[in-house]
Parts: sequence; structure tokens; C-alpha cells
Amino acid sequence: MKELLARIKEEALEKIANSDAPDKLNEVRINYLGKKGELTTVLKGMKDVSPEDRPKVGQMVNDTREAIENALENARVNLERKLREISMKKEVIDVTLPAKKMQMGHRHPNTIVMEEVERIFVGMGYEVVEGPEVETDYYNFEALNIPADHPAKDEQDTFYINGDILLRTQTSGTQVHEMEKGKLPIRMIAPGRVFRSDEVDATHSPSFHQIEGLVIDKHITFADLKGTLAEFAKEMFGEDTKVRFRPHHFNFTEPSAEADVSCFKCGGSGCRFCKGTGWIEILGCGMVHPNVLRMSKIDPEQYSGFAFGLGLERIALLKYEIDDMRLLYENDVRFLKQF
Amino acid sequence: MNTSMSWIKAYVPDLDCTDQEYLDKMTMTGTKVETFERMDKNLKDIYVGQILSIEKHPDADKLIVCQVDLGDKKLQIVTGAPNVKVGDKVPVVIDGGKVAGGHDGGPLPEEGIEIHNGKLRGVESFGMMCSIEELGSSRDMYPLAPENGIYIFPEDTKVGADAVEVLGLHDSVFEYEITSNRVDCYSVLGIAREAAATFDKPFMAPKVNVKGSGDDVDHYVKVSVEDKDLCSRYVARVVKNIKIAPSPEWMQRRLASCGIRPINNLVDITNYVMAEYGQPMHAFDLDTVEGAQIIVKRAKDGEKFMTLDGQERELDKDMLMINDAKKAIGIAGIMGGENSKITDQVKTMVFESATFNGANVRKSAKRLGLRTDASGIFEKGLDPHNALLAMNRACQLVEELGCGDVVDGIIDIHDKLPEEKQIKMDADRINALLGLELPESEMLKIFEKLELRFDKASGMLTIPTFRQDLENIADLAEEVARFYGYDKIGETLPTGEATTGKLPFKLRIEQMARDIAEYCGFSQGMCYSFESPKMFDKLLLDQDDVLRKTVTIANPLGEDFSVMRTISLNGMLTSLATNYNRRNKDVKLYELGNIYLPKEVPVTELPDERMQFTLGFYGEGDFYSMKGVIEEFFAYIGMQDKITYAPGKVPEGTVRNSAVLRDVYPFLHPGRQANIVYDKVNVGFLGEVHPEVVDNYDMKGRVYVAVLDMPSVEGFATFERKYEGIAKFPSVNRDISMVVPKEVLVGQIEAMIEQRGGKILENYHLFDLYEGEQIKEGFKSVAYSISFRAKDRTLDDNDVNAAMKKILNGLEQLGIELRQ
Repeated sequence: MKELLARIKEEALEKIANSDAPDKLNEVRINYLGKKGELTTVLKGMKDVSPEDRPKVGQMVNDTREAIENALENARVNLERKLREISMKKEVIDVTLPAKKMQMGHRHPNTIVMEEVERIFVGMGYEVVEGPEVETDYYNFEALNIPADHPAKDEQDTFYINGDILLRTQTSGTQVHEMEKGKLPIRMIAPGRVFRSDEVDATHSPSFHQIEGLVIDKHITFADLKGTLAEFAKEMFGEDTKVRFRPHHFNFTEPSAEADVSCFKCGGSGCRFCKGTGWIEILGCGMVHPNVLRMSKIDPEQYSGFAFGLGLERIALLKYEIDDMRLLYENDVRFLKQF
Repeated sequence: MNTSMSWIKAYVPDLDCTDQEYLDKMTMTGTKVETFERMDKNLKDIYVGQILSIEKHPDADKLIVCQVDLGDKKLQIVTGAPNVKVGDKVPVVIDGGKVAGGHDGGPLPEEGIEIHNGKLRGVESFGMMCSIEELGSSRDMYPLAPENGIYIFPEDTKVGADAVEVLGLHDSVFEYEITSNRVDCYSVLGIAREAAATFDKPFMAPKVNVKGSGDDVDHYVKVSVEDKDLCSRYVARVVKNIKIAPSPEWMQRRLASCGIRPINNLVDITNYVMAEYGQPMHAFDLDTVEGAQIIVKRAKDGEKFMTLDGQERELDKDMLMINDAKKAIGIAGIMGGENSKITDQVKTMVFESATFNGANVRKSAKRLGLRTDASGIFEKGLDPHNALLAMNRACQLVEELGCGDVVDGIIDIHDKLPEEKQIKMDADRINALLGLELPESEMLKIFEKLELRFDKASGMLTIPTFRQDLENIADLAEEVARFYGYDKIGETLPTGEATTGKLPFKLRIEQMARDIAEYCGFSQGMCYSFESPKMFDKLLLDQDDVLRKTVTIANPLGEDFSVMRTISLNGMLTSLATNYNRRNKDVKLYELGNIYLPKEVPVTELPDERMQFTLGFYGEGDFYSMKGVIEEFFAYIGMQDKITYAPGKVPEGTVRNSAVLRDVYPFLHPGRQANIVYDKVNVGFLGEVHPEVVDNYDMKGRVYVAVLDMPSVEGFATFERKYEGIAKFPSVNRDISMVVPKEVLVGQIEAMIEQRGGKILENYHLFDLYEGEQIKEGFKSVAYSISFRAKDRTLDDNDVNAAMKKILNGLEQLGIELRQ
């Protein structure tokens, strides 16, 4: 009996070792461990074994079964691993083949800049507001301290619908709308489309965008204006950006300034974008003129404020090195896809 | 405005700075210097030489060989110039030196031209004699320079001297951007005054003194101003015994540095005073002034007048004219007349220095299409006090230059002249505005430099009349800031009540529209708000279509930009056409922009500005891909439940707004268009563009568009979402295959499924649609998969069968047969 079991075990193990496919392993299982398998047959012959030897023989049969089962399991795991390796070898792909992409659309460069400016000022507690593009003379000029015979009001600069209604030439009118609401303090920005009577060419467009900013509160100072715009410039153009304020003139602010940022292309050493000066002019600003406050029923003795206005296209053109403004309104996808 | 450094230094003699320092500091105090150019930029080693002898070149007919004395040395120089003779003093550039340009006077090379010893046709030449063009200038600026030849210095010029210095070219020219409020700075004196304050040096204004020659101006001319509203001051003096001659070199050089061409002593004096004082002047030949009378009054409509440039101009009743007893002799502030202009034969003249109304001059010049140096200055609105100062300065120069005899007496016609303004000094307010803590004394020092006078007793500042721009405490704060230094003011952030940053709901929805459009492959375009009225024809709109009622620009850039758009499609189609014609494939664009709907025509109040979300594409995709974008957008903004599409007439009771007003859109394919209705509101439309419209835009193939009226959409948009749980029990699916009469829309089938599916209806989708051979004429095959699910239990067949039965009964009523 002992010899028989040893032979069965030896034969089975050898067959397992020689199996190179799962069904062959299965065959081994059936031949030895199945209902009619050799080991099962041995077990069936137990009735002929003397009762005192039965536990011993039973133990021997079980050991043999366990040995075969273990060998079968090991062989199966090894075989599966081997087969998977073979099949994976066949599945090698060329990872440099082109990607399958969702064809996403692209935002207009103006909008990218606009959203960036909005993000920065909203973060500083400003509300984004809008005003009408077709506007009255009062909001576009008069309430901004621009006198009746000012050259900006000439027909060569401003599009008129009639004597009193015009296409706004600046977003500054939204300042007045906001102040008239009578809710103080004010911290707002107003992005929007404006119009000037300029023929279309590489550097001019009769329609472009501005972003107006206005802060009105008690104790607002010129230093606050400087600090706010310096903060904005750092967010917009990078942490190392410096801002320079030069005296300038606008009818609706006093004192007024133009703000330059250190050139974000060359860092201030001078290049073609800053015309060698190291500075790029980006906006006009100033302390809200007392006449403007007064006209909007705000007492300049109690309140002060600052306002600023920047040209969206100007920043977009500089930032993205776009050399022709007409590209912004042609909507050629080969242009739009670059943003 | 341009000035040379030397002219500024004439009034600020202590000024000592580099050109760059001048640019930087002046810019930072508000007199912005755009650029500067050194006039001797490329001039090096050029000396005054005297020609000792001239011989013919042995081998060249057109060349001569000169021996030239340079004081410390003698050089042999070969030249082709035809105009030199022995004894002439000429500019000579020696070996290693540089000149600015070629003798042809063409554009100047950036780095100049270096000169070296060399041989000309075998004869050695140790330098070059220079023409005025080679020195970087022109005969316009040096009228004495010969045409085509070497510049010849006056006889008394020192041999060996620095020729560049003799020519007055060791100087720089600055170009300024003067802001419109600083009328006083459109003058050399104004800028010099700013420079003196900027660099803290004394300002030395010219000392003006006219001797006079006796006689009396009243014997010569009478002046009357009839339209004083346009001429607040008119000053006139008479000069007799005029001797026309070139003006002196110093005056020519100063004028030339500002880009003004020297002509003769009289013209040069008027130009000089205009540059120096910022006051344009004019001279009339008194012998041509009939009746010895000057009358200032408006012209008559349609009157013709010949200006001194020989052009005939048509006048109108708003133009101010200078007249004599019988005729017009000049357009006030713009240009004098041909009939009274100064000629070389002039004996006696009337000098005019007046203050004309700036806005009137500007408008007249524009109507005439004649903007002159004088009108450009007048239009800024001048200080009447300056008129007399300038007149006297001009007369002083007439005397100094020996140009004629100034007749005693001044005609000076004016009403009350503006007085010096008084502003209360308030150092605390100034500090509060600027965020500074500057002592009053520091501020007063700045004001003193600017010629503002402080009266301690009253605390008032007196503002000189040339500073028209200073009116209130904020203006004074700016003066303090400018000279204290904008850059020295600190940087702080506003204190006070905190505010919440906000992007309003409308803008958030627009942002989401951009996001979705881009996810779906559409790129953002931007179109003009004004368009050509021809677009209505291109879009096949009827002649009396309501969209043709536009907000119309009175002064457009041209017809193509003359009406504010009432529909956004033209911009979209034009942009698609641009892409199509540039052979860009599969182009998808979207735009967010306003349309402008007038409340009435002609416009008397502001129009309704409505934001339109416009999508358009050609190439890959069809009607249903466009529909997909709309639904993605609606789902994104919380509007998935109540969308319907009406081909043609919208259901009874649908609400419409001014942007979406019709059942059928003429510019869309009649069988491929739909109104988009959301919860009984017509929020937009979509469709395939009508083939004829596609033709009109020079495209081929199919083009799809959709327009959503954002104000209508915004009413439904919401960021509210509610979690409804994830289904725990299995769903049951039933597929139905139908034969449907062609005219029945799939939308009707879906409406029936929804209406009859009951609470357990989960969803449904079309999985097959077929028209063709196996289907009988006039029918189509449609197949739907419908799924049912209950939240609280596993459905059994009875539940589903009951629901299906209701659905099928309903479908039968639509004439639909079930296929087995």
C-alpha cells in the first residue's frame, strides 16, 4: 500500500510538472483526485484494510492527496502567470501614437485677461458690476466732470445716436451709476465694451474693452490707490512686478496718475515690448474728483475715493505678444486655439 | 511739443543734468518726456577747415584735390563737391570721425557713417568735407546752406573750431506729451518753469522791454471786436519801416530744434514767440487792410475765402473772421488770407495777438479740414493775459533784430479779464487725500516754486492766471504730490468697512456658458456691436421686419458699421465665413455679446441691451449635436427638466421676449429649425442655416447655429441641487418597436411616454430610427427602450405591464402601430 501511494504521488507530480496548459492540469486532477481517479480508488479499497491499520493508511492517503493538490495549485498559479506574461507581450502598444483628445474650444484672450482681473479684485472684496453700452451724455461725460465743449465729445471721437445718446467711450460711467445708488462704501470693478471713432488698423479698433475700478469710503488716500494697484500688478504680472505712478490728467480724477508696471517681458532691463524703457503703461487712475463726488450726491468733505481704468486689449496684446489688434475680432480659429 | 535742451537752459541757466535724468525727472513731475534725441548723436571729429588750394584731380574730371587748414594741421582732401573755392571755411571730418548721413539727404543710418583715410581714383584723401545733409540736418533748417554742396561757414568762423558746436548741434531735442489741462506747458517758457521747479533751480523769464519809435498806433489802424463771445482779447500793434532779412543764427537754431523751419526775420519772430509763450500771432500787411480797419466778427454761411496757402475755403456762420472795412483777411486763430499776407515788399504791418475761443477754433478748423499749428494751440483755450505779454515780446524781438520800427501805443480790446483765483490752503486735507504727513511749510515751498503766492493772514493761495487748471484743494494736492514725488508716497490698502467680493448671477451664468461651449469644442469669438444694415438682406429678413428697426449711429465709420445689431447671427456667420474661406476645417465658434433693441425709432431712450449666447459651426456634427450643446448647458445651470423644441409655431401660451419673436426664422432651413421653449418661455432658437444664407456668406455645405437669449435663460438658471439617492432596487427594461406615421414627431412619442409612464418611469431613449424599404410608405420605424424602477421595492411584471399598457394605448391614439 505504501509503495502504491508513493508511486501514485510520484507519477502525479511528474505529470503536473510536464503540464503546460490549464486543461492538462485538470486532466491530472481528474485522473488522480476525481471520482474515478487513482487515489479515490485507493480510498475505496480501504474497506479491505484491517481496522487497526485504517487510521495509518488513511493518513497516508490524505498526505498524498494534499501533496498532489498543493502541486496542482502551485502549477496553476505559475502557469497562469506565465500565460498572462505571454499574452501581455503580444499587447505591447506604441505609446507615441497620437492622443485621443476631446476637442475642447478656447477662450478668447480678452476674456482670459478679464476673468483674471475679475478674480483678483473679487478676492480683494470688489463687486463686479455692469453698465449700459449705449449711454447718455450725462453718464459718459457730464457727471465725470467733462465739460460740454471738451474735445473728447467731438464727433470724430465719439459715436452718437443722437444729441444725448451715444456709445460709451469709457466704462467710467458705471462709477456714476454705482455712486448714485447711494450705498457706501463702494468697492467695484466694471468690465465692459467701449467705443471710439477709430478706424480699424493694427493698433486701433472702434470697439474695445475697459475695466473700471472704483473705491469710495471714508479716509481713502492716494497711498491706498498705489497700494491696491501694486497688489493687483503683482497678482496679474508676477510677484516681482514693480509699479510706477506718473502724474497725468483725467477730468474725473485729481490727483491723477498713469501707472506703469516693470516690463513683464524683460523684467525691466529694456526690450522691444517696453520700447527699451523697462516700463509698460497699463492704466490711468487717480483720486475721484470732488466735482464728480458732488454730482453723485457724495460729500467730498466726508468721503474720498480712487478710480482706475485699464484697457483689456492692451494687456492681452502685450501679454500674449499679439502684434495686430484686428486678430481679436476676426475669430480665426487658428488664432483662438493658441489661448 | 518739442524743445531743445539749450532753449530750456536759456531760462533755467543753472540746470545741469544728463538728457536721461531730464527725461526721468520731468516725467515723474508730470511733464512727460516721450523721447529725446541728441543732435550730435553720430557726429564725431568734425572741425572747421579753411581751403588753402584747389587742384584738379589728375585722373577724374569731377573730382578736385584740396589742401585744407585745420588750425593744428593741414590735410589733403579729395572731393566731388562743385561749390567750394579757395578761402572757404568748411566742416571737415577727419580719419576715424563720424557723420550722420549721406550727401543725398536720405534716411539717416542708426549708427552714422564712419570716415577713414582712403584713396579716390589713386589720390590720397585724409578726411571729408561735409554737406548739411551729411551732418544730419537739412537746408530747411539751415537756409544758408548751399544746394548740393559743402556747407560753408561765415567768414569770421575760427579755423580749427569744433564745427558741430559752431552749427549749434551739441544739443538734444526732447519730445513731450503735454496733458490737456496744462495749456501753459505748450510753450518753452511753461516747460522751463516746470523744469526749474523739478530741479529746484531758479527760473529766469525773459525781460521784456519795448522802446518804441514814437508815433501812435491809432493813426494807423482801428480795431473793433463784434463777436466778443469768440474773442475775449484782441491786442494789436503796428510795425513800420520793415526790413525783411534772415533772422539771426541763434533764433534759427532754436526754431530748427523745435522742428520749425526758419523763413525770415518777421515770420521767425511770430513762430519764435508762439513756441516761447504758447501764443500764436499773426501779421497783416497794413497796406492791404482796406479802410485801415480790423473788424472781428463771424462769417456768413457759404462765404468763400482764399487762405494764404492759396486754397479757397467755404465758411459758415460759426467761424470767426478777421475783416478789414470791406473784406475778410483771415480766419481767426487758424490761417491768414492770401489777400493780406506778408510779402518781401511789406512796409508796414499789423501784429495780432488775440485770445480766441478754443472750442470754436477747434470746431471751425475741423469743419474746414484745416488744422494749423496756431489752431492746435488756440483750441486748448488760452489765458488772455498771455496775449499782451507775447505781443510785447514779439515787438522787443522786432527791435532787437532790427526788423522795423515799433509804433507807440497798443490796441487792446477786451472785457473783464480773468482774475487770479484764490484757494484756501488746507494742509490737513492735502495730507488726508494723499496719505501723507507733510508739514505745511514743505507744501508752501512747493507752491512758491510754482509761483503760487501764500497770504499767511488769510491762509489763501493766489493762483497765477496761467495756471487755469488749479481750482480746488484736490488740484493743490496734486501739485504737492508731483513735487514731493508720486514715488515717495507710500503704498497702503484701504481700511474701513470690509466688503464682499461678488460676481453677479448674470456674469456667473455667462461664465458657465463659456465653460460649456468650450467643453463642447466651441471657441470664443468676439464681434462688433455695429454692423451694416445690408446684413438684414443677407439674412433674408423682410423689408418691414422688426429687426430692421435699429439704434442707428449718426456719425458711423461708414455704412458697414452704422447700425447697432438687433440679432447676433451676422457676426457669427461672418466669422464662420472667414474661417471657411481660409480653409479651416470643422470650425465651432461661440459668442457672448449684446444686441440692442430700440424701444422706439427714432431712438429717444436707451435701448434694451440683451446678452445673446450664440453658437455656430460647420463641418463635423449636425442639428442634433447643436441641440446637445444646448442641453449640456441647460443641465449645467440646473435646467434639465422642461426643455421642448417647437418646429414652427410654439404652443399656445408660450411667453416671448423682444429678442425671440417669431415662429419661423427666414434665415434658417424651413425644415430644420426649432424654437427652444423652456417651461413655456421661448428662450432661443436653433437650426441649420438656410442654404441661400450660406450662399450669401460665401460658404458651402451645412452650417448650424443656435441663439439663446440670456436674460430669458437666467430666469430659470439655478445652482440649487438636491440629492435624490442612488437606486437600491433593480430596474426593468422594455423595448418597443413602432411603425409611426411620418408626420408624428419623436417628441410626441416622448411626451406620451412621460405622460403615461407613471411614477415608476425612470427614463427612456431612442435606439433606432429607420425610414425606407421595409417600412410602408408614409411611415417610419422607431424603437425606444424604456426603463422602470421603484425607489422602495423590486418591480414585478404586473407593475411594468400596467404602465406599458397605458403607454401603448396612448401611442395607438397617435396612429402608431406596434411592431412584433
